[in-house]
Amino acid sequence: MKTVALPRRLPAGLNRMPRNYLPVLVTGALFIAMFTAGGIRYEGFATGQIILNVFIDNAFLLVVAVGMTFVILTGGIDLSVGSVVALTTMIAASLLPSTPSFLVILLVLAIGGVLGAAMGAIIHYFEIQPFIVTLAGMFLARGLCYTIGTDSIPISDPTFTAIAQTRIDLAPELWISPTVLIALAVVLVATYTLHYTRLGRNVYAVGGNEQSALLMGLPVARTKIAVYTISGLCSALGGLLLSFYMLSGYGLHAVGMELDAIAAVVIGGTLLTGGSGYLLGTVLGVLVLGLIQTVISFEGTLSSWWTKIVIGLLLLVFILLQRLIVTTGVSRER
Amino acid sequence: MKRLAWPAGILAALLLVNLIFTDHFFQIEIKEGHLYGSLIDIFRFGAPLILVALGMTLVIATKGIDLSVGSVVAISGAMACLQISTLEAQDSIGGVLGAIGVALALSIALGIGNGFLVAVIGIQPIIATLILMVAGRGLAQLITDGQIITINSDPYKLIGGGYWLTLPFGIIIVAVVLALIAFVTRRLALGLLIESVGGNAEASRLSGIRSHGLLIVVYAFCALCAGIAGLMISSNVSSADGNNAGLWIELDAILAVVIGGTSLAGGRFSLGGTVLGALIIQTLTTTIYSIGVPPETTLLFKALVVTIVCLLQSPAFRAKVFRSRRKPAPPTVPAGEKVTVRT
Repeated sequence: MKTVALPRRLPAGLNRMPRNYLPVLVTGALFIAMFTAGGIRYEGFATGQIILNVFIDNAFLLVVAVGMTFVILTGGIDLSVGSVVALTTMIAASLLPSTPSFLVILLVLAIGGVLGAAMGAIIHYFEIQPFIVTLAGMFLARGLCYTIGTDSIPISDPTFTAIAQTRIDLAPELWISPTVLIALAVVLVATYTLHYTRLGRNVYAVGGNEQSALLMGLPVARTKIAVYTISGLCSALGGLLLSFYMLSGYGLHAVGMELDAIAAVVIGGTLLTGGSGYLLGTVLGVLVLGLIQTVISFEGTLSSWWTKIVIGLLLLVFILLQRLIVTTGVSRER
Repeated sequence: MKRLAWPAGILAALLLVNLIFTDHFFQIEIKEGHLYGSLIDIFRFGAPLILVALGMTLVIATKGIDLSVGSVVAISGAMACLQISTLEAQDSIGGVLGAIGVALALSIALGIGNGFLVAVIGIQPIIATLILMVAGRGLAQLITDGQIITINSDPYKLIGGGYWLTLPFGIIIVAVVLALIAFVTRRLALGLLIESVGGNAEASRLSGIRSHGLLIVVYAFCALCAGIAGLMISSNVSSADGNNAGLWIELDAILAVVIGGTSLAGGRFSLGGTVLGALIIQTLTTTIYSIGVPPETTLLFKALVVTIVCLLQSPAFRAKVFRSRRKPAPPTVPAGEKVTVRT
């Protein structure tokens, strides 16, 4: 995964590299510092399994945050992700008793993608702010959840339970779940798409300056609709991972998850104005969020609401840091 | 006034649905010296939303957005209830006023913090207020210690659940705040200054408007409105719930503002439109309950109405859809069809 951080123009840009990658490096340093501090303070904290557990518990958030990164890189925002995750678990849970599991998986992925594409099309062609359109999408998906049912539906499908219970042993005392592998695969595919394909270039270009991208002849419409489709797909996949993890469908799953995803992307150093950021940062952002929860559960006496306060403070620190980097960067260039 | 035509039409349509499907919907009667009726209820339960949306309107007019109002609602209610619960006599008016003062002062302080981040540090408003939105929920739970604080105080109950001069007290508060904002922004220069900062912050600063101070005032005022709304909500149920009070009210408030015709791009605002927008959202909820649609589908209807209103207000949409049939067609019908197809 370190491949993401490899500078693509190393010889000419050595002196520029630290500034571009500084937010990612800071997030990485923070993660290591938190892990070290936890290892010193708590017994049994500094093991590889703790990090793997963070991955296992946050695999679905990781996938959703990857989709969110695409949207934010174009300068947009997607508030619908949490509801789409819930909708996915709900549809999967209600269809599974009567439908083969692979059909269900294909269907929910298609629903996520179509919903995302529809929102992207409205955002682009009717020029309504992404915030409002995806907010309506959020209400729509959450409303569909409640229409399907207001209670939690258990999942007992053999395929789903098999995936939920499988443990992949990496080494003695070290194991991961298949969901982690899926999440990491998504990260790799997304990294490849962002850095080595035309679509990835277009995403950065549209986020940098939509007007310029249009004048350069880049397919702005296709790119914008594509990123929302990707985000919808990732949300649906995240929803599947969550149903593997929870083995239930519920309209109240993943409430407020869009905030976690946005927070992870911001902590990972991606600028909300678009055009600048890396997927590695998002991965580290998710890990930092997960590690905060682990630390708080290890502390024992701290109540759960400290998680929110710490995440808020971290957001503040990172945004101030970004601000500092951006202003010093601009003055150096001019 | 033309701008208000769409939201007013939608509100009228909603009321018409009620007129047809609900008996006695427009009936207003006086029981025990208080006004009762569905219309009064819409105002009464909509009062916190109208207040928050009014504050939000000014923030959005400066090209900003305030996501933290829901958390401020929770914090303010929690603070007031905590103060009152420590009073020896919970009915003492002085003590309740003190608690309200502390809660509102805290709200204003939080708003100033938001304004500082936006104006002085220069962070995007959506992110600057996201910080307080996330951390504020935690703060509210910290204040209530994760519990639901219940109180028993008649003077405090008056704010959200009481009546004065036959009217629910919440409506009176909203009317006073609305009159105050309308006077300050439309009769004094403040509204013009706010719009000019929203249109172009840098140009306004160069032409001598103290945009930094203005932004901080606007964010502080928005938080104050949210604080008052928080008092209303917690007073109505005589308890403070740090986790659920004012949950998602920021989204409803932003919707109300947008439905009311204030553009998120900043530079102009419509107080009347915002009140209409908030009333549409509240009427929609009441309508859904009163015509017997299962309450689970409230959000679906909300999504539908929001999409229709926003599409109708988008110039790009109007240009694309109405271009070919500009002359006779009543515009609502094709637009409605278009939306249903998408969902």
